[in-house]
Amino acid sequence: MKVSAVITLKKDVLDPQGKVIHETLDGMGFNSVNEVRQGKYFEIDVKENDPKKAKDLVEDMCKKLLANLVIENYKIIETQ
Amino acid sequence: MKSSVITFPGSNCDRDMDVALTKFGFKNKMVWHNDQELPKSDLIVLPGGFSYGDYLRCGSMASKSKIMHSVINFAKSGGLVMGICNGFQILVESGLVPGVLLRNKYLQFICKNVHVKVDNKENTFFKNLDKKVLELHIAHNEGNYFCTNDQLKEIEDNNQIAIYYCDQNGNTNDQINPNGSIKNIAGIFNKEKNVLGMMPHPERMIDESLSGEDGSIFFKNLLNNIK
Repeated sequence: MKVSAVITLKKDVLDPQGKVIHETLDGMGFNSVNEVRQGKYFEIDVKENDPKKAKDLVEDMCKKLLANLVIENYKIIETQ
Repeated sequence: MKSSVITFPGSNCDRDMDVALTKFGFKNKMVWHNDQELPKSDLIVLPGGFSYGDYLRCGSMASKSKIMHSVINFAKSGGLVMGICNGFQILVESGLVPGVLLRNKYLQFICKNVHVKVDNKENTFFKNLDKKVLELHIAHNEGNYFCTNDQLKEIEDNNQIAIYYCDQNGNTNDQINPNGSIKNIAGIFNKEKNVLGMMPHPERMIDESLSGEDGSIFFKNLLNNIK
């Protein structure tokens, strides 16, 4: 089954890319933006049909490789 | 003295490091990332470059390669390990030194000579160094050193900051900070000070024709300290 993971920067970590995107949006006329934070999205197809096990597996991947927990948080989203 | 330089796919300062180590008297061996065993070594170097194309996070993939198990064991048993630039990024991703290296604050790839202040000489890397400020070269996109407040406190309490970005007189301030690193940190030790990660490239400053020779001072001193 397919499991998705979203990795985002923690609140206190500077995100210069997000800041530049925000400024560009501002320049394009999107003046209602408070803040932009850039993150990563992974779609992982695992050989596992049990949703709990599949989620646990991807969580383990997030902890060990996909996210650096010093600066990033992860969120697992079940897809199908 | 024997050294080993690890080559990862995308390393590009590995041969420069080989030239530098050999020039100052190390018997150096090149080791492929997919090997499992390290040759007998007094020093292991993780070189600069763009291992795995900097995919995911710089150094993240290389930190999981086969040889890194041996490098981590070597470091944990007290062996000397030095990571330069991408090698520093691999060290933080492997957990051998604390913190992370973020994208440079002003989003520019920086390639220039900088001055660094050597503050801590109670370690094998800088012991007896007769200069306080070295001119070295940096070339990186992700050299913005970051750590949590708790980590910073621990790092400072244990004297783990190895070098700081500074001006030619050794003054550290925001204006001289090239990439936004916390406290102008350019290099850091593990707690035991046998592992050093730093962004500047000493191997690029080993000849008069290479815009400076402060790297020579570093390598000569390092060899004497290991002897």
